[in-house]
Amino acid sequence: MASTQIDTEATIAWDDVLASFDPVMGLEVHVELGTNTKMFCGCATEFGAEPNTQVCPVCLGLPGALPVVNETAVESAIRIGLALNCEIAEWCRFARKNYFYPDMPKNFQTSQYDEPIAFNGFLDVELEDGTTYRVDIERAHMEEDTGKSLHVGGSTGRIHGATHSLVDYNRAGIPLIEIVTKPLTGAGERAPEIAKAYVATLRDLLKALDVSDVKMEQGSMRCDVNLSLMPKGSDTFGTRTETKNVNSLRSVERAVRYEMCRHGAILQAGGTILQETRHWHEDTGITTSGRPKSDADDYRYFPEPDLVPVAPSRETVEALRATLPEPPAQRRKRLQGEWGFSDLEMRDVLNAGLVDLIGETVEAGATPAGARKWWSGEIARRANAEGGVSVADYAAERSITPAHVVELEGLVTSGRLNDSMARQAWEGVLDGEGTPTAVADARGLELVQDDGALEAAVDKVIEANADVAQKVRDGKVQAAGALIGQVMKEMKGQADAGKAREIILSKLTS
Amino acid sequence: MAELTRDDVAHLAGLARIDLSDAELDKMVGELGVILESVAVVQQSPIEGVEPMSHPMPLVNVTRPDVVRPSLGAEAALAGAPEADQQRFSVPRILDED
Ligand SMILES: [Zn+2]
Repeated sequence: MASTQIDTEATIAWDDVLASFDPVMGLEVHVELGTNTKMFCGCATEFGAEPNTQVCPVCLGLPGALPVVNETAVESAIRIGLALNCEIAEWCRFARKNYFYPDMPKNFQTSQYDEPIAFNGFLDVELEDGTTYRVDIERAHMEEDTGKSLHVGGSTGRIHGATHSLVDYNRAGIPLIEIVTKPLTGAGERAPEIAKAYVATLRDLLKALDVSDVKMEQGSMRCDVNLSLMPKGSDTFGTRTETKNVNSLRSVERAVRYEMCRHGAILQAGGTILQETRHWHEDTGITTSGRPKSDADDYRYFPEPDLVPVAPSRETVEALRATLPEPPAQRRKRLQGEWGFSDLEMRDVLNAGLVDLIGETVEAGATPAGARKWWSGEIARRANAEGGVSVADYAAERSITPAHVVELEGLVTSGRLNDSMARQAWEGVLDGEGTPTAVADARGLELVQDDGALEAAVDKVIEANADVAQKVRDGKVQAAGALIGQVMKEMKGQADAGKAREIILSKLTS
Repeated sequence: MAELTRDDVAHLAGLARIDLSDAELDKMVGELGVILESVAVVQQSPIEGVEPMSHPMPLVNVTRPDVVRPSLGAEAALAGAPEADQQRFSVPRILDED
């Protein structure tokens, strides 16, 4: 593999970077919109289709083809801009970004240049210590994705040593929104954390807007990291590098950290940073030199003559503003309060992606604690064992719904099942045996309601454990726990432990 | 307007991936220069207070609904390709980046 042949560049220790330099970051995030069709033509956008089956004269750039803008894509772009607290252009145009590369059959990418649809915004990002960092947004503009190349003849599909490339244009023309931050300063040692938190917050926001599936692992959300260092106390930005296609949250954090340490080493040795693109290597956690900025970056932008300007009326903008969901961070705080979860419980729920599922389950009639308990126990273990699919996906695939949880909880509160029986019933549901009631029926799960049988068991246990019983009589009520355990064993688990306790105490402490 | 130089033409040829010999470069400097000179006449237009225009029609917001329309199909799409392999367009190797 190419990456193993490249010498690792020198880096300095993290503390040494921080002692001498302040980082300046710029983050560019590309988001593929989840529209049915491409940006300028009616081709489908389905992921994973057979190569070159979702192409037409427009997205192949055939002569005479006329692009027409996707209405939904423009609306999504405006909604994203509004959610990022941006101003929305009253009038803006598309522009041609000219370059020769086979991933764009037109020899230009239709993008926006100096007239982005949205500009001058911000996104507040909450950090682990509870503080907030405001990320200023420079712009969000509309453009189109490129095709996908497969490099043949080299090793493992890499470009080095390839004899030729095979191109699939299904992705070419899919609507993209590029979101560009202003240079982020003053982050210091928190720069890697801020970068990661920004991308995570942005991802949550885009998900809440329902404009993209924001799957970093499938490339529907991609991040480029611009980074430079300036000597402490200086306010003159250094030369920056642009690390391309950093495609996971963890990698965003690592790439910032790595580039800071690499820049630090060069600058401390008296060297100069080469302005270039860098490639991120997920496996080794390093970047390698890509392509220096060159004459080829003269993109000769000019207004796209085949498309008319986009001029959203203020009424349209306000109507779209009214469709914005509650910001995810605000929603999380509200729900945590409503559900009465501790910070730790809420964090676990968030990390497991259970917020929506718990919300639906509570709405269907379950208690928040019950909803959390059932969605984060056994089912989470099983989903994780299935290669880490989300609980929501795992449940959806098996038609396990919030109604099941409500029903299960009802079986416990009505006194039919105790907790361990409820767990068995839930396992049955997860095994595909039907609803909780059906599983309880089929497995014969039912608390013994016959007080006579329970009383007999209690008598038997008291007799067999006279010393423990005496302790309870002497006022050590907590000793009753051992007796309850014995009674439950005697009843083969099919008794209500609360009721057993009641009977034991009434017999020993009256 | 600054005069077109031989370097300018070489730069543009590079961007456009057009291989020009020295003789062709010399010829193009002259020919392109004449074209630019002719077009430069429009720069004499009185444009004070006139909005720049990028489209001849006074239209905005021409959009289409987000409804899928039939695509070409791979066979038709690839029919005009000089070379195809594995249902993809085959292109010469790219020495640049990915
Ligand atoms: Zn198309």
